[in-house]
Amino acid sequence: MNGAGPRVEGLAVEGLTVAFDGVRVLDGVDLSVAPGEVLVLLGPSGCGKSTLLRTVAGLERPTAGRVRWGDEDLTEVPTHLRQVGLVFQDHALFGHRDVAGNVGFALRVAGAEADVVAHRVARTLGLVGLAGFEGRRVDTLSGGEAQRVALARSLAAAPRVLLLDEPLGSLDRALRERLTDDLGVLLRRLGLAAIHVTHDHDEAFALADRIAVLGGGRIDRIGTPEEVWADPGTVHAARCLGHDNLVALDADGCCALGRLGDGPGTVLLRSDRLVLAGSGQGMAATVGAVARRAGRPVVGLLVGDLSVRVPVADGAPVPRSGDGVGLVVPAGAVVSLSG
Amino acid sequence: MRRAGRRAAAVAVWALPAAFLAVFFLYPVGTILFEGLDGRGLDRLVELGGRASFRSVAWFTLWQAVASTVLTVLVALPGAHLLARRRFRGKALLRAVTTVPFVLPTVVVGGAFLAVFERLGLDDGPLRLTRTAGAILVAHVFFNVAVVLRTVGTFWEGLDPRADEQARVLGATPWQAFRWVTWPALRPAVAAAASIVFLFCFTSFGVVLVLGGPARATLETEVWRHAVSRGDLASATAVALVQLAAVVAAVVASNHLQRRRAVVQRPVRRVPLPRAGRGLLAGNLSLLAAVLGLPVVVLVERSLRQLGGGSGGGWSGGWTLGHYAALADRVNLLPVSALEALGNSLLFAVVAGGVATVVGGLAAVVVVHGRRAVARAFDLGMMLPLGVSAVTLGFGMLLALDEPPLDLRSSRWLVPVAHSLVGVPFVMRTVVPTLRSVDQRLREAASTLGASPARVRREVDCPLALRALAVGAAFSVAVSLGEFGATSFLPRHPDRLTAPLALFRLLGVPGGALRGQAMALAVVLMVLTAAAVLVIEGGRRGSVRGDW
Repeated sequence: MNGAGPRVEGLAVEGLTVAFDGVRVLDGVDLSVAPGEVLVLLGPSGCGKSTLLRTVAGLERPTAGRVRWGDEDLTEVPTHLRQVGLVFQDHALFGHRDVAGNVGFALRVAGAEADVVAHRVARTLGLVGLAGFEGRRVDTLSGGEAQRVALARSLAAAPRVLLLDEPLGSLDRALRERLTDDLGVLLRRLGLAAIHVTHDHDEAFALADRIAVLGGGRIDRIGTPEEVWADPGTVHAARCLGHDNLVALDADGCCALGRLGDGPGTVLLRSDRLVLAGSGQGMAATVGAVARRAGRPVVGLLVGDLSVRVPVADGAPVPRSGDGVGLVVPAGAVVSLSG
Repeated sequence: MRRAGRRAAAVAVWALPAAFLAVFFLYPVGTILFEGLDGRGLDRLVELGGRASFRSVAWFTLWQAVASTVLTVLVALPGAHLLARRRFRGKALLRAVTTVPFVLPTVVVGGAFLAVFERLGLDDGPLRLTRTAGAILVAHVFFNVAVVLRTVGTFWEGLDPRADEQARVLGATPWQAFRWVTWPALRPAVAAAASIVFLFCFTSFGVVLVLGGPARATLETEVWRHAVSRGDLASATAVALVQLAAVVAAVVASNHLQRRRAVVQRPVRRVPLPRAGRGLLAGNLSLLAAVLGLPVVVLVERSLRQLGGGSGGGWSGGWTLGHYAALADRVNLLPVSALEALGNSLLFAVVAGGVATVVGGLAAVVVVHGRRAVARAFDLGMMLPLGVSAVTLGFGMLLALDEPPLDLRSSRWLVPVAHSLVGVPFVMRTVVPTLRSVDQRLREAASTLGASPARVRREVDCPLALRALAVGAAFSVAVSLGEFGATSFLPRHPDRLTAPLALFRLLGVPGGALRGQAMALAVVLMVLTAAAVLVIEGGRRGSVRGDW
């Protein structure tokens, strides 16, 4: 961009490093999120995801690096002036206030008139599907309702950036999937820059415009869901993204499936590219366990000492445990990984 | 034969604490009620109520307690925040050190503040604090800061910090976040702590007597003045009755607040605390040092300074250990030397600790293993002595145990027994939660492995209970060493004088001729009680869980 263009908008994190007692929790993280974009931060617990959000919100001080909105440097700006919204996993609702008191908190802090507050509260509650909940005590809400109230409370503050710290993590699976869809629709309608933190790859793929995989305090891989799925880059990222078939290669780049690389290391076999064939085609394999994922059959194939999971194509017969079958590994199915 | 013995032991487990409570608490306090509310007593009460001097004493008692409480909370809240929400080196030490003032003998604290006022030139002139209400307030803050730091600090630690963070993210300044989010959640704990502090200040005796002087009397010192100085037991009874009624009302209110507090808290996930900023830490520590540290430092300094003819209250520059050496000397004022008084106090403290340990331990067994109704009665009954003031205890004993059928006042052991009345509930409250915390499955596992019930108790319960008992005993010893209120009503034998009483008399010597000795005695008492507290702190950090 040159200076003559429109004002640069969006959140940028540059070289962000956070250390607690000398231990680096984040180590030179670079990120950017444009308005209207949902960035999902994926990683196992303890990888620094929450710390990244807390630092963006100003609740932790970075040891090095910057947080910016456009060309406005937020690094030294105190939390309450940053215009960010933060939704915690266990929602942290104010127990001594009712739903309206929670959702209208930011507006009252800003000194808005009572009728303006009431109007905005009602509108925001409608947005999250909780119209009419104003007078409810927060300890009477279900988990899903409490999470929507927490979301509404952040949205009512009209933030520029919305930070979601595993907001659905404490809910059961069915509710989580439904709320994930609702959240995705809502975020795109509002056009906020959003960072959503999760360790659940299904949730990540359901929500993300882009996915960033965090490991050891660094960004392992960042890109669109399609890009990161097709080429995770590292073993850690592949695991976080839910890939099953990671295969270790020996010094010659070989494994039970033959020579898949040039030397030692790990490759990924993309299960969506592997082909389950009849006996006699491809590599000879034995069917081990047969499982179902989201209703679709997935078979575990044993090739020598190697176990590979392959989905059964639609309409194809499902083999039984112990059957002899063939496994075809097309060239595009093998992705080499580092680390 | 063996069976009969066992049954007798089972009876003794509940009969001994019950008899102890009945004879040494219920009977004396009942005597105050009985004598105060019979025809003549009521007349005296009505007459007393009509006196302006009495009404001003009652009014002063109330307002000094309220003012002391408010000041204590204001001084302690920033420190509570520091302990609950910030990480810094030396936190455990700070916690332990701030607890010490709470158990320092009242007379020692009175003496320490006299020394501070002298040192800062506040004992005379336009800024005079000695013998004013201000002196009493400052000393009360010193005493009670630990109560607020402990109760509010612990509660604050349990509050979810994310509520506060959420408020900040939503645009609240740190002050707004405190005012609108943290404070409403904290309020019940502050109210509960304040009600306890109020109770302590309302029933404060030694501090008021030493620092207030005759012009600044409270209900407590009035009881003492009537009963001990003037021998007017009827007036003393009437004042004691008013005092008792007020204290019971305050205890009921405080319990009510405590119960409400208990509902609010729920466990939260632990999050790493932010490091304390240098400014916050420095500000807090210097405030606490000024309030808590200065009296102790000045006290020690004074005990080591030579008395001289020069200016500045008759203290000259040189350092000396002479005041400590003089503790062994007889002075005209005291029937025994200060050193002998210390010996008495130590002996009494050991006896009081032993009595409290036996009685409180047995009571704890009844509370944990007894039938429900009995257990509840014990749990409540044994706590009663904490609900009345030391002066009420001492005065009740003076009234009731002075004449047949129970003429125990001449017994040298009445003093330690009176001291142990305060120790018993603490021992019980320390042992009960520890016994209850023993995982029932542990006992069941031991039983299935073939251990008899007695063996289970010996192998599983006893080791834990012993530690709790030791903590309770240490606390009883600390209380006894410094006890002044009840003791000041009791001893008939001049040579059984305790160290706090000796200190009180030394401090009262006009002109400060014996001030050096008084300071030295105060330092020794302070060190002894502080040592007991540090034992308690060490024990608590282990597996012992007290309710207090």
